[in-house]
Amino acid sequence: MLDIARLKVTFATDAGAVLAVDDVSFSVAPGEIVAVVGESGSGKTVTAKAILGLLPETAVSSGAVIISGNDVISAGVRSVRAIRGRDVAMVFQEPSTALNPVFTVGWQIAEGLRAHAPGGKKPSRRQARALAVEALRKVGIPDPEERVNYYPHQFSGGQKQRVVIAAALALNPGLIVADEPTTALDVTVQAEILELLRALRDDYGTSIVLITHNMGVVADLADRVVVMYHGDVVEEADATTLFATPREDYTKDLLAAVPHLGRNSASAGLTARAHQDAPVLVEARNLVIEYPGRLGRGGFRAVDDVSFTISAGEVFGLVGESGSGKTTIGRAIAGLNRTTGGSLNVLGHEMLGFRERSFRPVRKDIGFVFQDPAASFNPHLSIGECVAEPIVIHEGTTGPALTKRVGDLLESVQLPRGYADRFPHELSGGQRQRASLARALALRPKLLIADEPTSALDVSVQAKVLELFKEIQAEFGFAALFISHDLAVVDMLSHWVGVLYKGRLVEQGIGSAVMGDPQDDYTKRLIASLPVPNPAEQAKRRAVHRALLGL
Amino acid sequence: MATDKSFVRNLPLISHLRSSVGLQRGMLIVGIVVTVLFLLTAALAPLIAPYGFSQQFSATQDPPSSAHIWGTTAGGYDVFSRTIWGAQTAVLVVVVAVILSIFIGVMLGLLSGYFGGWLDRVLVVVADAIYAFPTLLLAIVMSIAISHGSSSLWGGIFSAAISITVVFIPQYFRVIRAETIRLKAEPFVESAKVVGASSVRIMARHIYKNATRTLPLIFTLNASEAILTLAALGFLGFGIEPTSAAEWGYDLNHAQSDATAGIWWTGVFPGAAIVLTVLGLTLLGESMNDLNDPRLRGRKRAGRKNGRKNKELVDA
Repeated sequence: MLDIARLKVTFATDAGAVLAVDDVSFSVAPGEIVAVVGESGSGKTVTAKAILGLLPETAVSSGAVIISGNDVISAGVRSVRAIRGRDVAMVFQEPSTALNPVFTVGWQIAEGLRAHAPGGKKPSRRQARALAVEALRKVGIPDPEERVNYYPHQFSGGQKQRVVIAAALALNPGLIVADEPTTALDVTVQAEILELLRALRDDYGTSIVLITHNMGVVADLADRVVVMYHGDVVEEADATTLFATPREDYTKDLLAAVPHLGRNSASAGLTARAHQDAPVLVEARNLVIEYPGRLGRGGFRAVDDVSFTISAGEVFGLVGESGSGKTTIGRAIAGLNRTTGGSLNVLGHEMLGFRERSFRPVRKDIGFVFQDPAASFNPHLSIGECVAEPIVIHEGTTGPALTKRVGDLLESVQLPRGYADRFPHELSGGQRQRASLARALALRPKLLIADEPTSALDVSVQAKVLELFKEIQAEFGFAALFISHDLAVVDMLSHWVGVLYKGRLVEQGIGSAVMGDPQDDYTKRLIASLPVPNPAEQAKRRAVHRALLGL
Repeated sequence: MATDKSFVRNLPLISHLRSSVGLQRGMLIVGIVVTVLFLLTAALAPLIAPYGFSQQFSATQDPPSSAHIWGTTAGGYDVFSRTIWGAQTAVLVVVVAVILSIFIGVMLGLLSGYFGGWLDRVLVVVADAIYAFPTLLLAIVMSIAISHGSSSLWGGIFSAAISITVVFIPQYFRVIRAETIRLKAEPFVESAKVVGASSVRIMARHIYKNATRTLPLIFTLNASEAILTLAALGFLGFGIEPTSAAEWGYDLNHAQSDATAGIWWTGVFPGAAIVLTVLGLTLLGESMNDLNDPRLRGRKRAGRKNGRKNKELVDA
């Protein structure tokens, strides 16, 4: 179906030519799902784009990408255009940007049909519509006759991804290249999309090249796995073989770094909530946070009637999907959002109707780690200046004493002292997140809020940062609110876990208990949809949870 | 700390020159050369010009000769000397105008963008109102209000500069305000807020430097516009008196009647000076604009063989 031989892609950049893909060869048989995995910068997305001839002008490629007998690399623009859509189609990562907001989804699905009309005869409006309805039905959109006239914004994220897949399927291509098809989606939706992709293969014999960094997704879907690193193929094996007995060291490290639900739980063996004798630092009672609506419309209630406490020294894990209100709660505790109802007490300070002036002294006891380490540092200041900022503001320390403290802080997060003089862009993502942790800990806060601190990082880096977080928490003994969408990550760190769904706290309890024996229906569904990085185990889980997930 | 060498490399124009190729590089170089020539002429005017700008000769409307290489005007001024001295006036006006408008525009933009609320609304309405005026009309009104028609050298320069400033403040204000609003939501500003930094500190330390990155660009583009406005003011008779300073617009105005009489030298030279200066500044600004945007920037094509793996990128 697809044959890639000695593919080489070089990019022209400001810093000279960069070899992004070096001598990559693999093939995909009809009806096979091949996963290309690797961390950021491994060249997996470039490989995917090369398959469709979608590389930007700055790229130069050599080698061969043969799809049903045609070589995409050497073919001209015209013949590549003929191959696209007919023989191979692409599913993009972000469904909301892959669809054009000003056209109906039916029109967009039929676009490929019009472009590839046999003999130059375009299908009539009615034919195109019928085919689009058929494509929507195939991907499981309810009411396709009605929905074919909808615009993209009228669909949810998961449905939009279904529409993108429908558009890819419109011409019945033998091969679909899916570039991180579920990365932008919540886990429960991800489970549905994975099921849909599997059904396409089973029912229509479509081959799929799945580009992903998520080992759980690979375990769930792939027949064969190609592991890429630095533009090279490191290892290629059956999914079961690869997960059971990885051959290369890199693959072993990669698999070991993937968090696995139910392993390494921070709350393993706990029977009662820890740290209950310690003072309560944060207490929320019937907390409500609303965002003002537009004129004539009610506000949006992001957090609804939520009550919880965080005691000194405790790690409180808050999980939920996008839009569940988890970040809003974290930001409200740090005084970045205003609360609108109930009560939120942070370190003895009531946050309902708070004034910045009176809250400022409390801020030195709160540290905050942001999601994106690249954006949370001022690009014009050195790492040392950034880390020193809280000390300068609250204690006014300057000179050698300050330099020494910054150096000590950097060392405590396992960064060399010399990094104080570097600028944020000179550090890697993981190093920046360590520096961010150092800044949050500069004043030895009683409470640390970490909002998805590892979701912008690669798994191997994530594993190291989580390890560091655990060590430092044990050493400094601060209380932490750990916010994440990743259940396995939360379970690794938190003693007590709260599950948020649409602004409500549906369940809270000891981490291992919530993960092992969920009580609420939503929590059950959430845990069932999380794919574990082990094909055999995942197949079993899938079979068991089929009914629960409504598949 | 960055080494001296890399500091020099990262200076605005030098980094632009290093990252340019082909036509873009040609445009940039022409822009730089013309602008540098203009600045040199202004700085060395006392040495280059054979006569003073207000020196009058009995020989009026003389064609180019060895005594007056570009001829003389109807008022008996030496065209070459006045054109050279005119560069000095132009530079002074541009510098004063742009510095004033940058200071006021940046300050107002930062305050308006960061605090928002009623202050923001009032300032935006005022800026929009100024935009709605034809620029030249506004400049004329300002120049009458400031200098009441009469003008010494600095009086004239300031009145011209302030007239231009009023027109330009909204531009700087808008750019800085938009950048500030964008930066206000950036995590690094929020992290400063969480740390407990005061509003003044956040604006001065975190927003100011990040918001002003596009300023050199607007500066060069505005400089050319300022020269045109100054020339237009002079041409319409609201500029600086010939006895206080040489001014290209004034010379052009007085060359009008000469043109029909076949006396070309009084108009061509000041006119060419305006065109060249504006062209140089515009080329400079436009090519900086293109080079700042990675999507517009041209690059050398990557060879098939010479590619290397970028460790930094791959390990990130």
